[in-house]
Amino acid sequence: MTRRLMLLALPAVASMMLLAADLARAKEICDTPEQFTQVEGRLARVAIMAAEKKIDILVEGTGSSALSGPDGEKIAYPARLQAALAKHLPGVTVTVRSDVRPRRTAVDMAKTLEALPAEALPGLVIWQTGTVEAIRQTDPTEFRDVLDRTVGKLRGRGIDVLLVNMQYSPRTDALISEGPYAEAMQWVAQQRDVPLFDRLGVMRHWSQSGTFDFSGSGRSQLAERVHDCIGRLLAFIIIENAGLVTKKPRASN
Amino acid sequence: MAPPVAADRDLRLDLFRGLALWLIFVDHIPSNAVNWLTIRNFGFSDAAEIFVFISGYTAAFVYLRTLRQHGPIVAGARILKRAWQVYVAHIFLLVIFMAQIAYVMSSFQNPLYAEEMNAFDFMQEPGITLLQALLLKFKPVYMDILPMYVVLLIGLAFILWPLDRYPHLVLGASVLLYLLTWRFGWNLPSYPSGHWFFNPLAWQLLFVFAAWCALGDENRLGWILRSNALLGLAVAFLVLSFATTLTWYVPGWTRFMPDAVARVIYPIDKTSLHLLRFVHFLALALVTVRLVPRDWAGLRRPIFRPAILCGQHSLEIFCVGVFLSFTGHTILVEVSPRLWMQVLVSVAGIAIMVAIASVMQWYKGIEKRRPGPRSPSPGLAGGEA
Repeated sequence: MTRRLMLLALPAVASMMLLAADLARAKEICDTPEQFTQVEGRLARVAIMAAEKKIDILVEGTGSSALSGPDGEKIAYPARLQAALAKHLPGVTVTVRSDVRPRRTAVDMAKTLEALPAEALPGLVIWQTGTVEAIRQTDPTEFRDVLDRTVGKLRGRGIDVLLVNMQYSPRTDALISEGPYAEAMQWVAQQRDVPLFDRLGVMRHWSQSGTFDFSGSGRSQLAERVHDCIGRLLAFIIIENAGLVTKKPRASN
Repeated sequence: MAPPVAADRDLRLDLFRGLALWLIFVDHIPSNAVNWLTIRNFGFSDAAEIFVFISGYTAAFVYLRTLRQHGPIVAGARILKRAWQVYVAHIFLLVIFMAQIAYVMSSFQNPLYAEEMNAFDFMQEPGITLLQALLLKFKPVYMDILPMYVVLLIGLAFILWPLDRYPHLVLGASVLLYLLTWRFGWNLPSYPSGHWFFNPLAWQLLFVFAAWCALGDENRLGWILRSNALLGLAVAFLVLSFATTLTWYVPGWTRFMPDAVARVIYPIDKTSLHLLRFVHFLALALVTVRLVPRDWAGLRRPIFRPAILCGQHSLEIFCVGVFLSFTGHTILVEVSPRLWMQVLVSVAGIAIMVAIASVMQWYKGIEKRRPGPRSPSPGLAGGEA
């Protein structure tokens, strides 16, 4: 009798264990440690937009926020973010627009953001910057100041901001020193209480843990997979920091 | 007549300069976990301050002897010759760097990194880039310290004599230049844009201060070095700055840093030698000098020999270190970026630096044995400047 009970219980226990494992995995997207997904910074406006069932996001960035090729737009992280948010927020219309043009500094993008007409204002600006500054080795203090000022202005107009720093690029690591610019972004994020997605740290972690091999060449698959991960991580951070209750993004695929 | 300069060598200078060279090597390998152990993560200042201070101290010490024996013209000329050697070493490293970049470019086609490819723009016009490099305006990342050293040495050629005659006046002028540099944001221009990463107009303060220390007799700094109150202050400052760095690195600890303080002290700028970096270095130096007295017998123990050897051949070993950090980085990219490889590359690099320093030492030995007049190189008398 007990033996039969045990036999019956086994599948139940096993499935419970599997479920637990699945939940644990769901906390991680693309093997990303919590330090990169648990970030500070409030997204109050996103919470309001979610309640109004309409989330409008603008990605303001440079070359690394886009991918080239005919499918580029579909597989780049802004589109992946839109898909991930839509999946996790059923009933909410999610629009992610991109203003991505290469070789722009934060100063250039600040001008664009400040000149946005009222009808084009999004509820959340995802501001990806720092790479062009690091390549040109511009003054980090100037970078910090323009970022700080512009984020302050956007917040003043009731717009949420999420900062995205540089990519980790092992082959050009010896040519580009991101450190001071990454620190400047971290500082602004803290001062202004806006979330920062540490793309540099996440990708460096992926490289060193073996999740991705960034030093290989000519693999479009790699770019596609990385942008998908970035899009899902951004969705996760947005949902968490806006305090939206949802099921966590799944770690599958 | 000024008192004669002490002839025996202060091994502490060699030891700490050698250690600084190791730290600079490890720090210059991008994404190397080993550089979490280097001092920049434990306070405001880092190996650059140690290198600049000790270089200024030894240069002043060595050329003071020339100054007193042969006068300001000869001393100045020898310092300029040294500046030329450093310049040539820098250009040599740059050629190696360009060769490495040409290789990386040829094997690098990745759609993920279309934007980062812009970092290679300077290779589109190699002629202009080389010209700008010769003018010390184009300086790749991690190759900024030698150009600054060239400028500082050229400056020393002109101020050594006044510094010996009117030490406090010259030190005061140096402080004034530092303050004006901060007030007006002065810096030298870089190519294609921006400014020098190590602003010589600001960093000269540390270099001139080091020379001022070297030129003085025991009394100039004696009371500072003996004061227990200052020692206590220095230790307190070091603890405080370590606590500050913890708020950068431990997630969630940022909130312990009061906003008002953060607004005042950040960013702790390396380019223009933020005052906190300077003070942190002074505190570190004070504690070190108290912990390790000049005549400490332990300095002659074999365990310190490798670092001392590296410190005694600093220019060569610095260049070897830069080359090895390029190579180490390439190995991490091409072979494996894993932690064990980072440790291996760091340890192997330091071993190679020590091996080459030993060879340099051996050369020095056979040069000395050679009959005939010795070259008047300043490197032989009091070690390298």
